[in-house]
Amino acid sequence: MRAIPLVAAYALQEALRRRVFAVVLVLTAAFLGLFWLGTRKAFEEADEFTGTTDVPVDIQTLTGATLFGLAMFATLFLGTVLAVFLTLGAVRGDAESGLLQPLVVRPLGRAAFVLARFGGAAAVCAVYVVLVFLGALLIVRAAGPWSPDRVLVPALELAFAVVVLTALSLLGSVFLSSTANGIAIFMVFGAGLVAGLLGQIGEAIDSETLVSVAERVAWVLPFEALYQDGLHRITQETRGFTQVALQLGPFGGAQAGSSSLPAWALVYLVGVLALAAVGFNRRDL
Amino acid sequence: MAPALVVRDLGKRYGSVQALAGVDLEVAEGELVGLLGPNGAGKSTLVKIACGLVRPSSGRAEIFGRPAGSAPARASLGYLAELFRFPGWMSADEVLRLHQRLAGAGGGAQERGELLELVGLHEARDRKVEAMSKGMQQRLGIAQALVGPPRLLLLDEPTSALDPVGRRTVRELLETVRGRGIGVLLNSHLLSEVELVCDRVVIISRGRVAAAGRPEDLSRPRGVEVDTEGGLRSFPSAGRAEAPRLVAELVAAGELIYGVRVLETTLEETYLQAVGDQTA
Repeated sequence: MRAIPLVAAYALQEALRRRVFAVVLVLTAAFLGLFWLGTRKAFEEADEFTGTTDVPVDIQTLTGATLFGLAMFATLFLGTVLAVFLTLGAVRGDAESGLLQPLVVRPLGRAAFVLARFGGAAAVCAVYVVLVFLGALLIVRAAGPWSPDRVLVPALELAFAVVVLTALSLLGSVFLSSTANGIAIFMVFGAGLVAGLLGQIGEAIDSETLVSVAERVAWVLPFEALYQDGLHRITQETRGFTQVALQLGPFGGAQAGSSSLPAWALVYLVGVLALAAVGFNRRDL
Repeated sequence: MAPALVVRDLGKRYGSVQALAGVDLEVAEGELVGLLGPNGAGKSTLVKIACGLVRPSSGRAEIFGRPAGSAPARASLGYLAELFRFPGWMSADEVLRLHQRLAGAGGGAQERGELLELVGLHEARDRKVEAMSKGMQQRLGIAQALVGPPRLLLLDEPTSALDPVGRRTVRELLETVRGRGIGVLLNSHLLSEVELVCDRVVIISRGRVAAAGRPEDLSRPRGVEVDTEGGLRSFPSAGRAEAPRLVAELVAAGELIYGVRVLETTLEETYLQAVGDQTA
């Protein structure tokens, strides 16, 4: 077990020396800068729009919630990119290039190796997601008179969603080549988002079938359910026409997760990691 | 005391390919055993099973009495893979430090310095791996395998990227290692190298042991040549024991003798006889 922090630190050191974090920081700064410009402009125009319509919609809430929902989606996406690039070649990719063999013949155990690679990547991604989430929150609060109804739980759910994706990427790295794994994880990510959107459309047009499909996908891919639940919580106390208007947009009206979602996501995460460890144990290198 | 490595009836199947088909092999402590065979004979598979990278389909492999691949077995060995890579961003010293920590070795900076000195990289301790030649990386790989130090060393083609001077350095290093009581299994294509340093040789062909023994035991008589005034006289069926009698008969017959050579098959000839025309 003493090797777990050692391998995790080795993986992080590699990312640091390879300037992965430098690139991520620059791109994140660019995203937050653009988000700040866009948010400021949107709130200014929302100010001009207020009072020009008889529909009782709180334009500032609609603007703030939609923009923050967009920021949450972007944060999930950026966190996923980081998770995938930190783990996509952790097992098979590194084995094919000959990096893995000298490490795993040491007496650390393959399960410990998987756990260490996951721990390092998950910690980085979770911290990253929470920081970007808070950065976007500060920008929205500074630009306009709106704050999300809940902050802490949505931030943690978003981070948890990326942690689940990190585990899926690590599992994929046991069986797939780096390129195939990267493609597979982004397709799974896309499938989850599409299912979430289908659920929203199903709610809007009152289609039980679409809602049912979305719910089942949410159980299979809990990262999507965690994101949707976080999205739901930022406007959970919004009512009336504003709520209806939000539900019509892509980042509003998200479905609340069931009360067992966090427990299920945790079980799912442990299951994915166990599969990765078993698969790695059975793999010839 | 259990031998450093024991392999009994070891088999490995990759789909329809039988890589190993019942191999028996033993390496004692302080013994240097050479593993020879054509490409695809199963040598690397055998070494990988011994260090736990590959699971056998049948039979068993033990390191100091512990199942190969178990944590105690891995704690006893050092391994250099045929195809390996160290992170390019690490320096030679950092690579060794990482492996010291993974192996739980307490040698610290002194051990790292000694190992780099041993492989002739003491001046490159702070050089990044990505700035090293292939030969330097291979020598670093050998130093990495010696971290601990191990009680059994498994080397898979350790000199494939080395020039003749580098190969001699490795031969000397192997003799030093053997002198410290470390068992070594050396998988190599270079017959001359194996013949020069190994106590015993195991030739593998088509996943089986085709020949095994001390290099001198594997050679067979190939006749006697006598350099006489009348020219070179060959006696192909004669052996070392017959040489004095042959010389005496020639002298008695009035021949002047300038030299006598007892001919024996080389390891290469034994190897070719054992493996036939098999190559991958």
